[in-house]
Amino acid sequence: MSVDASAPGARAAADGTGRRPEVPAQRAGRRGRAPLSENKKAERRLGWLLCAPAALVMVLVTAYPIGYSVWLSLQRFDLRFPDQREFVGLENYVTVLTNEFWWTAFGVTALITVVTVAVELVLGMGLALIMHRTLVGRGIVRTAALIPYGIVTVVAAFSWRYAWTPGTGYLANLFGDGAPLTERASSLAIVMLAEIWKTTPFMALLLMAGLALVPEDLLKAASTDGATGWQRFTKVMLPVMKPAILVALLFRTLDAFRVFDNIFVLTAGGNETSSVSMLAYNNLIRGLNLGIGSTMSVLIFLTVAVIAFVFVKLFGTAAPGSDDSERR
Amino acid sequence: MAETTTRAKLRWGLLDVIVVVFALVPVLWIASLSFKTPGTLTDGRFWPREWTLDNYRTIFETDQFVRALANSIGIALIATAIAVVLGAMAAYAISRLDFPGKKLLVGVSLLIAMFPQVSLVSPLFEIERQLGLFDTWPGLILPYITFALPLAIYTLSAFFKQIPWDLEKAAKMDGATQGQAFRRVIAPLAAPGLFTTAILVFIFCWNDFLFAITLTSTERARTVPVALSFFTGESQFEDPTGAICAAAVVITVPIILFVLFFQRRIVSGLTSGAVKG
Repeated sequence: MSVDASAPGARAAADGTGRRPEVPAQRAGRRGRAPLSENKKAERRLGWLLCAPAALVMVLVTAYPIGYSVWLSLQRFDLRFPDQREFVGLENYVTVLTNEFWWTAFGVTALITVVTVAVELVLGMGLALIMHRTLVGRGIVRTAALIPYGIVTVVAAFSWRYAWTPGTGYLANLFGDGAPLTERASSLAIVMLAEIWKTTPFMALLLMAGLALVPEDLLKAASTDGATGWQRFTKVMLPVMKPAILVALLFRTLDAFRVFDNIFVLTAGGNETSSVSMLAYNNLIRGLNLGIGSTMSVLIFLTVAVIAFVFVKLFGTAAPGSDDSERR
Repeated sequence: MAETTTRAKLRWGLLDVIVVVFALVPVLWIASLSFKTPGTLTDGRFWPREWTLDNYRTIFETDQFVRALANSIGIALIATAIAVVLGAMAAYAISRLDFPGKKLLVGVSLLIAMFPQVSLVSPLFEIERQLGLFDTWPGLILPYITFALPLAIYTLSAFFKQIPWDLEKAAKMDGATQGQAFRRVIAPLAAPGLFTTAILVFIFCWNDFLFAITLTSTERARTVPVALSFFTGESQFEDPTGAICAAAVVITVPIILFVLFFQRRIVSGLTSGAVKG
């Protein structure tokens, strides 16, 4: 795995250029051979050249629009009344932050995020254990579990919608005669069900990768020492899996906060079931209000940044990225 | 001992069955709806009593769906190709070369993987309108590449790190040219990683709904997930349920095939990208 140990040597040989001893780079100590300055420079240039297109696209399509979004959020800018465009400072922020629709949507999004991520962690752990340890049909389980991950969210959402539609659906009469998608609590429950069905496999896959890191010997040793299954799980597996669990939680939390597709298809945001994404979409496409829409964009961005920051603090050094790619 | 293993097998088998049923029921349900006749569509039964292919005939006769399907396929394929090429270049640099700014790039791509896409919706809408990219293929391809790149870079650099690059040196010692060494030795080793990454990126583009619904307004660039949500049926009085379900099945089939054939690769791609970082 550790490419950095072998790469410089392989490269020097591959280049076949003359080797002139040069100022030892940090690597030199490890390898016991001084890298070459010209090679080094060429390597840097090649590295930058190869990364430039990817970096450029990523920055152009995210950093610039976010900056532009901040600028738009400081203006009154409604495409239906383009003449009235003017700089209004933080007025849009006051409008949004004192608006009850925003807070309702924020509450809905937070609720969906917390509930789905919590349930998915438990179910995902179960599924990961099944996929990792099952004695029979491992291939079938893994394939089946991948299907919800691969399926277009909108398709799955339609499936759930029709399942709960009175008359059409096989689930509609499960809890009496009502129409579950026309009431707030039951709609939210169905949205969460759809989210959980769709994304548990992803959570499980990340956790399974963590499970694979648990040394089998350690489990056997614990077993010989008389540890019960539950003790082996909490005392041996969980500590080893902690980084994988945190990665999975981080990705899923941020992903859950963006919930949009399921709500769009299942309730269209009716009965106060809009998420913040739904609300931003409605302001932009239905309302054509770029100022308010951008303000919401910026607020969502800030919220996600705070969530990510808190998680990275929790991670400490286990955070992916804090550790460069040459870890192993 | 033998008894306990049989019992354990039964227990695991039961759990397997629960997982498989849970994963498949919504898929089977929508497939079942797509085969129902209009008369039996609202009978609330899980399996169709009368089977028909009319719904499929209907959607392939409507321009709306055929155009959307062409858009979906074209946009997803182009975005996948570009993202994999750019991702492979960056991943090669990250896994093989030493240069300042590497950590920054890895960090930035991680940030983008977590980026709230909805935050881009308002500014991109305005920027693309000004640039004339709104409601065009490039208008969707660009954001797709951007959000696929982190995935591509992570997965590919994990794969590239596992390639025994010394083989290249060995091939050259045996008299192969640089080109031959790459073509005969490195490319075959890298191909599975590239292929896996391409599948993951394709699934991502194929799935997207948020960008597709905000950055398009007509059939010119509208993809299937969005077209689905706008299906209204031939006339006002016709229930589009059957047609929606048939269209849903059509766009689900390729994904299911990918998953069936490349299950192992998809799992290793997803997990290597996310955990081994």
